[in-house]
Amino acid sequence: MIELAEVVFRWPGQRKPCLAIERFHLAPAERVFLHGPSGSGKSTLLNLIGGVMRPAQGRIVVLGQDLAALRARRRDRFRADHIGFIFQQFNLLPWLSVLDNVLLACRFSSRRRERAGNARAAAERLLASLDMAPSLWRRPAAELSVGQQQRVAAARALIGRPEILIADEPTSALDAERQLAFIDLLLSEARATEAALLFVSHDLRLARHFDRIVEMQAINRMAGEADR
Amino acid sequence: MKALFALAFKSAWARRFLLTITLVAIALATSLLLAIERVRLDARTSFTQAVSGVDLVVGARGGALELMLNAVFHAGGSSHTIRWDSFEAWRRHPAVAWAVPVSLGDAYRGFPVVGTTPDYFRHLHHGDKKPLTFAAGRSFAGDLDSVFEAVVGHTVASQLGLRTGERITLSHGMTELSPLHADKPFTIVGILAPTGTPMDRAVFVSLEAISAIHLDWVAGAPTPGLSIPAELVRKFDLAPKTITAFYLGLHQRADVFRLQRAIHSYVQEPLLAVLPGVALDELWSLLTQVETTLLTLSALVVVVGLAGLSATMLASLESRRRELAILRSLGAGAPEILLLLATEGMIVTAAGILAGLVLLALALIPLAPLAHGYGIHLSWRPPAASEWMILGAIFLSGILSSLVPGLRALRMTLVDGLTPRS
Ligand SMILES: Nc1ncnc2c1ncn2[C@@H]1O[C@H](COP(=O)(O)OP(=O)(O)OP(=O)(O)O)[C@@H](O)[C@H]1O
Ligand SMILES: [Mg+2]
Repeated sequence: MIELAEVVFRWPGQRKPCLAIERFHLAPAERVFLHGPSGSGKSTLLNLIGGVMRPAQGRIVVLGQDLAALRARRRDRFRADHIGFIFQQFNLLPWLSVLDNVLLACRFSSRRRERAGNARAAAERLLASLDMAPSLWRRPAAELSVGQQQRVAAARALIGRPEILIADEPTSALDAERQLAFIDLLLSEARATEAALLFVSHDLRLARHFDRIVEMQAINRMAGEADR
Repeated sequence: MKALFALAFKSAWARRFLLTITLVAIALATSLLLAIERVRLDARTSFTQAVSGVDLVVGARGGALELMLNAVFHAGGSSHTIRWDSFEAWRRHPAVAWAVPVSLGDAYRGFPVVGTTPDYFRHLHHGDKKPLTFAAGRSFAGDLDSVFEAVVGHTVASQLGLRTGERITLSHGMTELSPLHADKPFTIVGILAPTGTPMDRAVFVSLEAISAIHLDWVAGAPTPGLSIPAELVRKFDLAPKTITAFYLGLHQRADVFRLQRAIHSYVQEPLLAVLPGVALDELWSLLTQVETTLLTLSALVVVVGLAGLSATMLASLESRRRELAILRSLGAGAPEILLLLATEGMIVTAAGILAGLVLLALALIPLAPLAHGYGIHLSWRPPAASEWMILGAIFLSGILSSLVPGLRALRMTLVDGLTPRS
């Protein structure tokens, strides 16, 4: 599903590479918990998998597709078609309604639009199963609580059943109770769509819900060395 | 594409207060530029239309422009006169179809008085060869029984609220403070329909009337102790001795240069014959520099407005880092980001242009009567070709100036990736 080999990445303007990963992989429908200290390159790795950044060296193969072989345009399309992202906070466009935020994923990908069937119905079904009251659907996203926003972000990541879900500390803005509820929802939805899930967090207490735990320092030779 | 437009619109709408300020700046700049262009265009058509159908304007030798300004636009100081005999001689020339004399120098409350013959209303045209018509009444009779009859142009009538049958007192000279011909009032017998030419601002009387009101005048002032009552003027010889100029219409336009040469070599009196079109071209070339300066200045105002657009959009980028990163994560690439920003620039510019057109239409309401006073017929109408070009140029420049924030946004998304660090 995801294969990294001998990947080296350096942020523009920085001397030392931020990532040097010999090997990393993610199997189909696998749920992986990725953790590591701040600055160890977790978010950077997600940028590479999403094809937003290109490595200086190495191979990144996603769903059998070597990302290096794709032009920027095709990489963007590939990301839209196959990967759903959830970030720590501010995932939504505040001036769009809840529903439109979810549907945004289908606007950029015809594949996900098709896989969603009736996109609007799919969005409503997802929102409902993520415990979003219908009265909120037409509200601007700016009016939601942080927990609600994260659930809308999850619905957007899930719509159109992308093969890969990537969540970058999606729960760190939530309180402990809501963290668990959110992870439960995310995991069950991922299971329902048979998506692989790459979940990033430094909160090791959450790790037990996942199939496999990966420590950033273990895969990134540069972890901790990059200047913070 | 449509989705991106909707996104751009909603995003811009969320920042509408800031963007409205730039929109207003663009609107003001657009209407300023358009107003200048419109006055320029409409002044040209108005002036050109004022001499429609006249093949030659003949007056005393001097500057061609001076003659035109004087004889056609009734502007400029009193110029030299020519002898009536000269007019009589040239009207009988075989190439000449019609001839109309004009005598200028008097005024009615700031409006020029044109002494002429009833032929004036038959032969002079306006606009696209449209004949003159009367909104009310008729031409002055032009005979000795009814010397003190006057026809007024449309603007004169509407501005002073005149109707047929009313009596008016002319003054000697063009300024409001000129001495009055108070002893010889005129009766308004006709009001011309609007023409959009200087004729709208004129008062027309017969040449005999001009002679009559000056009977007891010498060297521009009433002769002390001498006053000839209006009833008695018929006893005097009112036949005109001098006129300011005359208009000629030819049977064959092709004869115009030949006739012009002939008039120039008229030995009895030094005359000047002017082809109105040629003289107007001369006028335009004189005005071009002024116009270019004005247009350049207002184009600079547009540039300032668009620079404001650029600056506003640039300033808002910092707070939109998150928005752009979200779009990136959803699959938006460089083209979409550029397009998003360009669309925003396009929306603001287009709205600014529309608002500018509305402003222009509103500005024309008070401006049109003002310009009409100068013989310029300003009106609301859809933009002319050159105005479309201006609008198109503003529109394109608006999109271009949004490329500056667009490129900046691209750079930002490149260094930010999915996780902006602010
Ligand atoms: N947009 C960027 N431009 C330049 N350098 C960056 C950028 N993003 C991250 N870095 C650098 O890359 C290194 C790794 O950062 P990254 O955000 O991947 O860490 P992280 O493991 O996600 O940390 P955290 O847990 O705090 O999110 C850091 O040294 C950081 O300074
Ligand atoms: Mg991170």
